[in-house]
Amino acid sequence: MNILELSNLKKYYATQKAVDDISFTIEQGSIFGLLGPNGAGKTTLLRMITGIFYPDSGNITFQGKKFDAANDIYKIGYMPEERGLYKKMRIGEQALYLAQLKGLSRQDAMKKIKEWFVKFEMQSWWNKKVEDLSKGMSQKLQFVTTVLHEPPLLILDEPFSGLDPVNSNLIKDEIFNLAKKGTTIIFSTHRMEQVEEICDHIVLVNKGKKILDGSVKQIKQDCKENLFRIGFEQMPATFDSTEFEVMYEESNSLVVKIKDGYKPGSVLYNFLKQNASIISFNEILPSLNDIFIKKVNDTEATRQFQKV
Amino acid sequence: MSKVWLIIKREYLTRVRNKTFILSTILLPLFFIGFIAASTYLSIKGESKHIIAVNDQNGIFKNSFKNDKSIKYEFPADVTANNFKEKNYSAFLNIPLKFDSPQDSITLISDKALGFSTEDKVRDQINLAIKNRAFLEKNIDKKILDSINDLDAEKLYNFRPVIKKGNTTQQANSGLAYGIGFGSGILIYITLFIYGAAVMRGVMEEKMNRIAEVIISSVKPFQLMAGKIIGIAAVGLTQLLIWFVLIVALSSVLSGFLSADTLQHAQNANSAMGSSANNTAALGFLSAKNTLAQANWALIIPCFLFYFIGGYLFYAALFAAVGSVVNEDPQEAQSLMLPITMPIILSFVIMTTAAAKPDTPIAVWASIIPFSSPIVMMARIPSGVPFWQLALSMVSLVAGFILTTMLAAKIYRTGILLYGKKVTFKEMSKWLFRKS
Repeated sequence: MNILELSNLKKYYATQKAVDDISFTIEQGSIFGLLGPNGAGKTTLLRMITGIFYPDSGNITFQGKKFDAANDIYKIGYMPEERGLYKKMRIGEQALYLAQLKGLSRQDAMKKIKEWFVKFEMQSWWNKKVEDLSKGMSQKLQFVTTVLHEPPLLILDEPFSGLDPVNSNLIKDEIFNLAKKGTTIIFSTHRMEQVEEICDHIVLVNKGKKILDGSVKQIKQDCKENLFRIGFEQMPATFDSTEFEVMYEESNSLVVKIKDGYKPGSVLYNFLKQNASIISFNEILPSLNDIFIKKVNDTEATRQFQKV
Repeated sequence: MSKVWLIIKREYLTRVRNKTFILSTILLPLFFIGFIAASTYLSIKGESKHIIAVNDQNGIFKNSFKNDKSIKYEFPADVTANNFKEKNYSAFLNIPLKFDSPQDSITLISDKALGFSTEDKVRDQINLAIKNRAFLEKNIDKKILDSINDLDAEKLYNFRPVIKKGNTTQQANSGLAYGIGFGSGILIYITLFIYGAAVMRGVMEEKMNRIAEVIISSVKPFQLMAGKIIGIAAVGLTQLLIWFVLIVALSSVLSGFLSADTLQHAQNANSAMGSSANNTAALGFLSAKNTLAQANWALIIPCFLFYFIGGYLFYAALFAAVGSVVNEDPQEAQSLMLPITMPIILSFVIMTTAAAKPDTPIAVWASIIPFSSPIVMMARIPSGVPFWQLALSMVSLVAGFILTTMLAAKIYRTGILLYGKKVTFKEMSKWLFRKS
């Protein structure tokens, strides 16, 4: 079942088509990556999903019904990229305030805050002020305030920026935990190694348009270039290269591109026939980083101001 | 609605619990009282005594100049413009034989400015001396002249301005009306700035701390803005209430000390052996209290509250809009605030004249137009304002703040989420006319 369906969303600003006809669906319980270079329209898209902006045209369907910002925002937890907290407010009160704004009663909020504070070892923070916290600590607090009301849809915009590896892992584990319990997570970033690690499904946007949509596995398959690395005990002196093209040589290995119409098996077979001392033979799949750069470069990377 | 309530509560509590709130609430009235006490003290004691050496070449002034508390005239023979300082005179007054042209004039020489009041007193003495000489030249007896000059005219009559409306008459007290009008006008002027700026800073804080978008994902921008404005209004009312209670408490403590008995005693003592400083102060307080009691407080207090709240609401939303478009640079706030501060300052200028002359056309219209009405109308009310003007002013203020709030909300909604971009007035005006 899809928790969220976007169809033909458009949002134009005075000088830009921020979001220009984007459609995709997000499956319940998946971790969904929304990728794109700076200024691609990600934030505008997320602001429409969180009810901050109304789309100029197009529809958002949330949990099978037309998105109704007034009620559905309680079911969404949003951690924007531009985020922060009241510096002078006590941490406990701040968490309580934000939870109550998300519709929790005071008692419920209190109970849940205590649970999370125990989980993240933040009990001693209650009467401290945000200005006393380090950046990583306030990021943790921010995460807690975002998930407190247990939203079925969680939107995290660059959740790891400014976090050290230890705290990064803590939050990453929590994201997996929430996903396991059925929370759908939209994860917006331009750090591809995290996306590869975390996301099931990704959409790549650039210049307000969707340019890729699929599961991480599928996209890698679709974008592969038939590259293989063949490792030798000793490099063969000569080889017949009718079936492949040598991209480059490394010490004791070759990176080859197998030509259309030939199979990896037959390349391997030919090498074996020549008594080449092969020790490894692997397919090289492109990293998401490579795909991202390639796809973005295919379109124009930087947005130009334009008349709408 | 419950969310707006949450926001109001937060805004109110974080401010009221703040140390600066407590300090400013208590210190401001103390500061005022101290200011008044100090200026009264200075006006009584502060005038230093001047001894002026007079070189009277005609000999006609010598018998006419009278010493008073602050100036003493002496007529030594050996003092000149060059040595008066060494002889311990603060000034040298040279009166030549002829003194009716720029070349031949009476000169008052001193090594530093003597101040307005001293110069005025010297001039008064010269005027009097010249008039006396004119009387004497017309053969008026010097004794008669002296007795007329010593006459204190104010003691020979009783003057009572009265306002008559239909059959009811009422004691008119222009001085009191002026004082109350001017005071309330200034109070509204100051509070507009204090609380308006508080709204602006609050909005800027939310934007710069980057919490705005977090909150906006739970509540509508308008709710956030309204919550902040109402919360700060509540803080302002709390502060006013505390001041009011402090004033009432202080004055009843004073009245307790100066009970009727003491006052009676003071009055007796006064007539018996002239005034001592204590007794005059007591009498002054009594008469101030009696005079204040004549004011139409039943009208002034509700009107003050109305114009305080109305004026605040009219401007607060505009301050919020300015706060929402400011980026990191506080300098920007200064220039963006200009269109808001100008009408407030202009109203203040109009108010200062309206308090004295409440019925000039400019005062009347400025007290009806909502940009200036909160400040100017308060200056006019103690002198009496026709009902239609008051009603029109109130209706247009309510309509005005609804309009400014609606317009400001449009700027606020866009501005609060916009980072790193300098916003021009032109862009803001575009936001005003854009549909959601």
